Amino acid sequence: MPIITMPKLSDTMTEGTIARWRKKKGDTIKFGDILAEVETDKATMEMEAFDEGVLAEIYVPDGGKAPVGSKIALILGDGETAESASEAPAKAEAGAAAKPAAAAKDDRPAAPVTSSAGGSRIKASPLARKIAAERGVSLEGVVGTGPGGRIIARDVPEKGAAPAAASAAPAAPKIEAKAGEGDTKVPLTNMRRVIAERLLASKQQNPHFYLSIEVDAGPLMRIRKELNSANESAGLPKLTVNDFVLLAVSRAAAQHPYVNASWGGDSIIQFGSVNISVAVAVEDGLVTPVIRNADKLSLKEISAAVKDLAKRARDKKLKPEEFAGGTITVSNLGAYGIEQFYAIINPPQAAILAVGAIVRKPVVNAKGEIVVGERMNISLSGDHRVVDGAVGADFLATLRRLVENPALMLF
Amino acid sequence: MPLLAYRDALNQAFAEEIERDPNVVLIGEEVAQYDGAYKVTRGLWKKYGDKRVVDTPISEAAFIGMGIGASMLGLRPVIELMFWSFATVAYDQIVNNAGQIRYMSGGLINCPIVIRGPANGGTNVGATHSHTPENWLAAIPGLKVVCAATAYDAKGLMKTAIRDNDPVMFMENTLLYGEEWEVPEEEYLIPLGVADVKREGTDISLIGHGRAILTALKAAEVLAAEHDINAEVVDLRSIRPLDEEAILNSVRKTHRAVLVDENKAFCGVSAQISSIIMEKAFDDLDAPVGRVCSLDAPAIYSPALEPLQLPTVDRIIRKVKEIC
Repeated sequence: MPIITMPKLSDTMTEGTIARWRKKKGDTIKFGDILAEVETDKATMEMEAFDEGVLAEIYVPDGGKAPVGSKIALILGDGETAESASEAPAKAEAGAAAKPAAAAKDDRPAAPVTSSAGGSRIKASPLARKIAAERGVSLEGVVGTGPGGRIIARDVPEKGAAPAAASAAPAAPKIEAKAGEGDTKVPLTNMRRVIAERLLASKQQNPHFYLSIEVDAGPLMRIRKELNSANESAGLPKLTVNDFVLLAVSRAAAQHPYVNASWGGDSIIQFGSVNISVAVAVEDGLVTPVIRNADKLSLKEISAAVKDLAKRARDKKLKPEEFAGGTITVSNLGAYGIEQFYAIINPPQAAILAVGAIVRKPVVNAKGEIVVGERMNISLSGDHRVVDGAVGADFLATLRRLVENPALMLF
Repeated sequence: MPLLAYRDALNQAFAEEIERDPNVVLIGEEVAQYDGAYKVTRGLWKKYGDKRVVDTPISEAAFIGMGIGASMLGLRPVIELMFWSFATVAYDQIVNNAGQIRYMSGGLINCPIVIRGPANGGTNVGATHSHTPENWLAAIPGLKVVCAATAYDAKGLMKTAIRDNDPVMFMENTLLYGEEWEVPEEEYLIPLGVADVKREGTDISLIGHGRAILTALKAAEVLAAEHDINAEVVDLRSIRPLDEEAILNSVRKTHRAVLVDENKAFCGVSAQISSIIMEKAFDDLDAPVGRVCSLDAPAIYSPALEPLQLPTVDRIIRKVKEIC
């Protein structure tokens, strides 16, 4: 009776390969027997039998691939045939209730067993259904592009592309301008294309929410002044405001693993280190090189790393791996006099900080007096699938505490 | 290859068959001395005389009945209807006598006649002269029905029809009589029941018969040029026998079909084709089968409206876009 399906042996497994069947067709199977070795994207594992009987059919041969959940073998118990097996699920569902109903001579037809219990019928063309069956893929969640949203042949996902199909966006009308007379058509650089694709994907797929906080930058400015005058006399490079912000973000992120995280589809991935992507404007776009393990670096090291990355970014000397692996992004437009802005999340990260200029303005101090303050705005854009409002606010509060009390970052 | 008008291609077929087989005789109203109402039999009476080309009184029931009787005794009459619309007065002869005699006689008697003439709308001759009865007649087991779209097909199919041992209903088209196509000088025959792919395509099958195929071909050109849709055009050529395999092969290739039919949609030939596709190629369909037929009303007499009643290039394109 049991139809053996491809088991899901790892979080990221969407299909498995039968490395080798350890049982042959016709073999008697006992509970706990190793049926086959299954190769996943990560490892080769043994697949145990949870049923007893005879291995009646092997649907996927040695070396064959099958999506998770698709049938790979059939085990028949005593007196069962393949035909009875195929009816089995319906029978099992009807279960004990079936007999009393029959006894009561209720000749109303049994409730039809729908293929999509609770869900609505999937609208797909016959050809699309046939192709899906041949490929062994499900049409559940597939977006149809045929008339009336019908799933047609071209919409059927390739085998193994399972989740991608579900996230395939419906064909929205394209927003595209045409160049008129006197206009210039600038061909897309690869960088521009990547920016367009990634940020469009981010805005479409990440549910953004926004928080903003104003911090007192006075203490930071004072300590920066002291350090820079010391550096100057020692012939060392100057520290920027952003160096302090990055230091504070690295420490805050390390304390808030929920923010230093990513959406993993079926899980949330909290990163073991804080790798800060720093938005650097370059000649024809924007790049985000990564300061690795920033939470382990000193202010001086962070400052040096940013200077090096920014210079090589502008010289186009960065290596691909230097863009990869960021866990949170900082974008600072303070140098342009921007006081406040919100950034688009740099996918697949869950948060980006937008840092504004330090502005002198009147503030009411703790004593209720209006005094001249040095204020800086920090905004957070969060992926709400990963970060909730309160979690983001908590993170910003930590960030403020660090910026306003630089001494806390001395440890 | 020389260009030949549709009517002249038919004329050649008659002449060749009259010369080949002494039993072939042309019968009909004004087919002899007047050269035929549409000049399809031009010159044949002069050339072959009274015994081979016979004028009749204006009584379709009488001369079709006579032709059926003559065929039972061995002649091969080719009987002209000035309009196929007039077949209704001879329906008993056609359906009950010609159509059933082989079965009713246990196979002892057969009826090798051809009944032919124009069967089309679009010429402003009114509702009683504009029927397209291929669907009525194809519904009768025992009758064969042929619809030729080009001069080439008309000649090859007519010669085969004359040699066929069963009654063949041959539908021509007054709008096509003067149109020219390439027709080879050497003799050729086209078997009944073999469709012709008149245009190879990959995206959709336009399937039909008769003049509708020419409309479909024009639509296919526009679809390719303006809509990036590569349509295949399948000409059935005969409705009975029907080339099911050609229909199914095309649909299995393109996965979509729009049927173009100068019949009315209701019980039209395309309704039958649609049913065949649904039953036998269901799993190959990526869209529902579409139909473009004549609008469901008596043939409109107004010259301004009549062309809109028949399938038009625009209507075909709209239907194709609906399902593509």
